[in-house]
Amino acid sequence: MSAGRLRVALAGNPNVGKTTIFNLLTGMRQKVANFPGVTVERKSGMLTGSRDVEVVDLPGSYSLHAKSLDEKIAYDVLTGRLERAPDVVVCVVDASNLERNLFMVTQIMDLQLPVIVALNMMDAAEEAGITVNAAVLADELRVPVLPMVARRKEGVEELRDAVLESSVGAPRPSWELMDAVAKKVPQLEEALGREADTVPANHRYVEVLRALTDDAALEAWRAAAPEFSADVEAVRIDLEARNVHYQHAEVMGRYQWITPLAARACERNPPELSFTDRVDAVLTHRVAGPITFGLLLGLIFQAVFAWAVPAMDAIEAVMAGLGAVATQVLPGSMVTDLLVDGVIAGIGNVAVFLPQILLLFFFLGLMEDTGYMARTAFLMDRVMKRVGLSGGSVLPLLASYACAIPGIMAARTLDSERDRIITIMVAPLMSCSARLPVYTLFIGAFIPQERLLGLFGYQGLAMFTLYLMGTAMAVVASWILKRFVFKGKASYFVMELPPYRRPQLRQILLRMLQRAKVFATRAGKIIFGLSIVLWFMATYPRVEADQEWMLERQELILQRDAARARVDEGSVEELVELIVAGDSARVYAVAQSDPERHRAAELSYAVSELDRQDHSRRIRSSLIGLMGRALEPVMQPLGFDWKMSAGIVAAFAAREVIVSTLGIIYSVGEVDERSVALREQLKADRYPDGRPVFTTLAAISLLVFFVFALQCMSTLAIAKRELNSWFWPCVMWAYMTGLAYVFSLAVYQGGLLLGFQ
Amino acid sequence: MTLRDLRPGEHGVITGFTGDTLPTRLLEMGMLPGESVEVLRLAPFGDPMDLRVRGYRLSVRKEDASQVRIDRRP
Repeated sequence: MSAGRLRVALAGNPNVGKTTIFNLLTGMRQKVANFPGVTVERKSGMLTGSRDVEVVDLPGSYSLHAKSLDEKIAYDVLTGRLERAPDVVVCVVDASNLERNLFMVTQIMDLQLPVIVALNMMDAAEEAGITVNAAVLADELRVPVLPMVARRKEGVEELRDAVLESSVGAPRPSWELMDAVAKKVPQLEEALGREADTVPANHRYVEVLRALTDDAALEAWRAAAPEFSADVEAVRIDLEARNVHYQHAEVMGRYQWITPLAARACERNPPELSFTDRVDAVLTHRVAGPITFGLLLGLIFQAVFAWAVPAMDAIEAVMAGLGAVATQVLPGSMVTDLLVDGVIAGIGNVAVFLPQILLLFFFLGLMEDTGYMARTAFLMDRVMKRVGLSGGSVLPLLASYACAIPGIMAARTLDSERDRIITIMVAPLMSCSARLPVYTLFIGAFIPQERLLGLFGYQGLAMFTLYLMGTAMAVVASWILKRFVFKGKASYFVMELPPYRRPQLRQILLRMLQRAKVFATRAGKIIFGLSIVLWFMATYPRVEADQEWMLERQELILQRDAARARVDEGSVEELVELIVAGDSARVYAVAQSDPERHRAAELSYAVSELDRQDHSRRIRSSLIGLMGRALEPVMQPLGFDWKMSAGIVAAFAAREVIVSTLGIIYSVGEVDERSVALREQLKADRYPDGRPVFTTLAAISLLVFFVFALQCMSTLAIAKRELNSWFWPCVMWAYMTGLAYVFSLAVYQGGLLLGFQ
Repeated sequence: MTLRDLRPGEHGVITGFTGDTLPTRLLEMGMLPGESVEVLRLAPFGDPMDLRVRGYRLSVRKEDASQVRIDRRP
């Protein structure tokens, strides 16, 4: 064993309770970081009660012959390609499903690392009528086997002790390759040893089997070890000529050894109809199944949109309060402006999405933890296959309704690289929560509050339509990718349907928080930095107001203060609000009954109006104004003026920024998407010739633009990371921006032709 | 006959494989000659199949199942 920190890796199939065991071993002392040198996530923690034992949680895998990205990570860690190979591997095994679980255990044992088998889910096995004799199993495998029920924390202490004691490499299991293939292995091992000295001698066996049976693995050696690759190919041709199924040799050999072994270690008396069977009779029923799934989705969206509102309001109120306090306490200076308008508003922009994201993650976690998520994949696979995806894409796409970042990361579990690329490419078309503030602002301002046939509100319908448009476009885009880009590439769907289990609230909450943290830090960093940049761009270069304007303003302020001195302050403020809101009837009534108060209010309004004009002038000549005006000719056919164009420029880094950008441009102080002031300003804005800037048509055009455009730096960054190339992210940005422009153009020009304003 | 031809409720024993696009994943999941397989149901839209093999549940598309040769058993 090497000096220094002891490293323990947790490996095993998906759904065997690996993460539960990880949490029990490490307590809350966990961290998610990257593997050194590569941007692959690494979940690790320190073993509780120790200072130098690190536990690494590997992604769930069925085999070391990696297919999904998750499996590739597990393989790379176990073979020491990403960092020093682990000192001990804990193979977590589902006792109710011994044979399939032991498959990967034999592969790991072939690497001759110290192995401990954690025989988890002894209770589930018992329910399924299976009694596993751990002692027999340990005898047969010749490694420690510890029975566990991780959900009830049984066996954790024993596992901890075993981890600290273990140091001997596992014996290679005595499974046998079919003769014809086995004869060829030694010569290939030698060839590999000559060319690739990076592969330790005791890993060569596994590596040779991989190259022999897996085309992708052989391909990977072609550059590094050309002679070895040629040898493997020659052996393949020779075996093929003799009609030997070498591709199946390893799997068959392992299972031929495992099957009788498992029979000796297990006693089986399965019940006629298990709990899972009875539940599945309903949940995967051809009629009841899809209906239940539909209802569940409805419930989730209802929850995300309705239940999150109070929490979002609270966060907004807190951030607004914080801004107000900062403005009062700090001296009026540029730094204060930056802090309030840039930093605090920027943090608020991120924080306000958290309730929705947390709720969505909670429901997704619940679906995963109970085992229902696999059923949704089963239910939807046929439909998804038609458009070029697979049932496994359901989870990533659902997650993308909260945020494309976790959605794209969830695509790692997909076996087929084609499915994974397509899923990642269309995930950003699902309307994420960052689009919501934009939708809310413009729908609230320009779509009437009336109801269609007295039933459905137009505003709600508009919102629904936007979500539908994005989803429908995702379907079309993936169909096109399948039909024209990945033509003829094979894809398959082989998915385990795990037994239903009672969800563990603690685990779900923990995962929900981890996911939200990833979102918040990543998105937060960008939006935070961006808000500061935006503030600078909207402030500089500064233009000074001319002399005449200054004098006019001073004169007006004098008159206003004189008028206000004659009446009650509070009642003036009320009246100003009425004027801003455009309530002319009530304003007129006050003007008749109380002309003094009316005059004070009119003057107050005039001063603020003058300030706003000044602000507008400053914005116009600021950097952001310059950019907006430069872009105006291109955006004019979509119905956007320079201010909207500036907002769109700003929003290319993160969509929700457009709300605060418009707020800065229209200078209405503290702004959020439900802010009445900003809505009214948008409606009241006029071109120099008197036409309104924002017609309903222009607003709809803007909404359509936001449905399709990829305005999110974090999404591009994560797509680059997950696909390890800039090609796909660039294609993603180009096609989505193209869609946005074309559809907005069609909506606006088509609307004009039809006579809408 | 192939696994695809089994109807829900029917059992069979795998005898071999046909075709050259058989996913290795299927084998790794324990679908090997000599193993018995039960078809539990089809998904609502007719595909994929819901199978029981080696005591656990596996869903497999029909196009993949059609590459698995099978002997029907009562």
